[in-house]
Formats: sequence, C-alpha cells, structure tokens
Amino acid sequence: MQTGPVDNEIINRVLQGEQALYAQLVKRYQNFVFTIVLRYTPNREDAEEIAQDVFVKAYRSLADFRGESKFSTWLYTIVTTTCITFLRKKKVPIHSLDNEQVFELADSQNSSFKANQVEQKSKVQVIHEALRLLSVDDARIITLFYQAEQSLEEIGRIIGVDPNTAKVKLHRARVRLKEKMEKHFTEEVKDMVG
Amino acid sequence: MWDYIDGAGSQEERLFIEQLIATNQQWKAKYQELLELQDLLSHRLELDEPSMRFTQNIMEAISKHQIAPAAKSYINKRIIWGIAGFFICCIIGFLIALFAQVNWSAGSTDNSLINFSKVNLNKVDTTNFFNNTYTTIFMMINVVLGLVVLDMYLRMKKAKAESMK
Repeated sequence: MQTGPVDNEIINRVLQGEQALYAQLVKRYQNFVFTIVLRYTPNREDAEEIAQDVFVKAYRSLADFRGESKFSTWLYTIVTTTCITFLRKKKVPIHSLDNEQVFELADSQNSSFKANQVEQKSKVQVIHEALRLLSVDDARIITLFYQAEQSLEEIGRIIGVDPNTAKVKLHRARVRLKEKMEKHFTEEVKDMVG
Repeated sequence: MWDYIDGAGSQEERLFIEQLIATNQQWKAKYQELLELQDLLSHRLELDEPSMRFTQNIMEAISKHQIAPAAKSYINKRIIWGIAGFFICCIIGFLIALFAQVNWSAGSTDNSLINFSKVNLNKVDTTNFFNNTYTTIFMMINVVLGLVVLDMYLRMKKAKAESMK
C-alpha cells in the first residue's frame, strides 16, 4: 500500500481540480475498503454499495483531510461511520448475529455444507472461514491490523478508543479467532500446528 | 506471548519470554502455534475485490458532486468561543445576583443559610399558579414529551433485548 507523500500529493492535485486523479486513490484502497465493509455485511451487493458511498463521501470531504494522519486511517474512519449508518437504516443490529449459531445450524442440517467434513481445507480457507464466524468488532480489528496494516494508534483513532484499549481488543480478537478455528476446524488446525 | 511476537514489551519481558520458550516445551509449542497463526494472518489473508466497474461507478458518482470547502474556512472558532463565553458570563452573573439577594447577616442565632422553621408552607398560595391556563398547557406539553421519551426508551430496550436473542 502506498502511503505518505504520494497520497497527499494526489489529494492536493485533486483539490486543485484534477478530479480524474481521484481514481488512483480509489484503485489503491478499494480492496481494503471493500474487505473491511464485508466484515459488517456479508452481502456483496450491499458491501459494494457501502464502499462506493465511502469513496464518494471521502471525495466530498477531501478538503477536510488535514494530513495529520495517513489517508488510509482517515478513510477507514469514514468506512466505520458509513457502515454503522447503513446498518442502522437497514435495522440490522450492529453487534451482529452470532455467526457461530448460523454456522452450527447449517452444519446440523445435513447439507453439503459440513464444517469438519469438507475435503482438506487450505490454511487460508480456514482463516477466512474462522474470520466470518467472528463478531463484527473482532473481524474488523483483525482486518485493520493485518490486512490494512494500521498501527494500534491508528486503529484506536478509527474505532474511537485509546491505543491500549485497541491492543486489548486485538488480543481478544486473536484469542477468539483461535478458539473458532479449534472448535470448527479441528483437523485442519492440527495439521497446521503439527 | 503476543506482545513478544508483535515486538512490543520491555527488554526484560522479552528476555524472560525468550528464556521460557528456550527451556519450557509447552511455551515453545504455544509459541510455534501462535507464530504460525501470525504468519497466516500477516501474509496469507487475501483481500476481497469489488466488481470491475467499481472505480468507474465512483468516478461517475463524484462527477456530479463538488468538493465541499474545508469546515475551518466557514466555521470561525472565535465566534463559537465568544458565544460560549457570553453564556458562561450570564450564568455567573445570575449566580452572583442570586447570592447577593441572600441576607448573610440576618442577626439570627441560627447559623444555617436558610431557616426552614420560618417557612410556613400552609400560607403559600398556589391557586393562582395552578389555575393559570398557560401553566396548564405547559404542564400538558411536558407530560406528552415525557411519554414520548419513555416510549423511545422502552422501544430501545425492546430492540436490544431482541438483538440479544
């Protein structure tokens, strides 16, 4: 991910009227934004709509970006507020469904979807599926730390807590992720560790 | 252990953890486990991608919009502080006027600020106060507002209870 002066340079030029340059920022961050939004809503159409809304809001508020933090940090703050607003409008509880219950129900219904009986899952698949079982908060913080490469201070700024609290939340999210993996993907985790 | 893997923690803590990992099999096994997880999370998680038209859709959407001027260009903080200062001065002035009305040296042996024994509630005439039409309307509006707030609070509680199920 490009950071620092290059982003700020693009922003300055967009503010001076080179609107087409904004597409570079969009291409640079679209995957990160889309992935974070998917933590809030598994529906890809909704996620794409929200992600587009995020970039449009970011464009309209571009003059308010002071450059004190990274552009990505500022952008991910907009993602958080936009997602919460969207979910409230749709009346979906923000501390979302317990995905584990949905998972277990699907598993018990003798469908082709059997968590522990699927052919050998790759390690990456296991992580992705375990992430889907986490709560919105946990999945979001793991995504921000590992995929969006935000520091604890930046994560604190995005989710509105101090860095120490962000650190505790990250630790708990990791622990819960590991628990989900051990509970639902026992064989794969054994292979991973062994 | 996570602090050690993240490279955080003090030098003493890191040395202590290193020693534990080197000497204790359980710690070593746990460390390997967490390291594997860390590697997966750091390097193997893939990002989801939106549709091919994503960027184009955004550029089409922003072509209809203008960038809003920076908030600091039209919000003058001095005006906001000025208004706040005016209200604070009004409140302080009101409190000063209030305390100035109190007779601090009333010549009574009673040292309390307000002598409740001299207040005769039976002689207080409230009929004019409660007979006033405007007062009645004001009280009715307050009751309605109170009921609306109560309703909102109960709906919020219900929504929370439903989401917890």
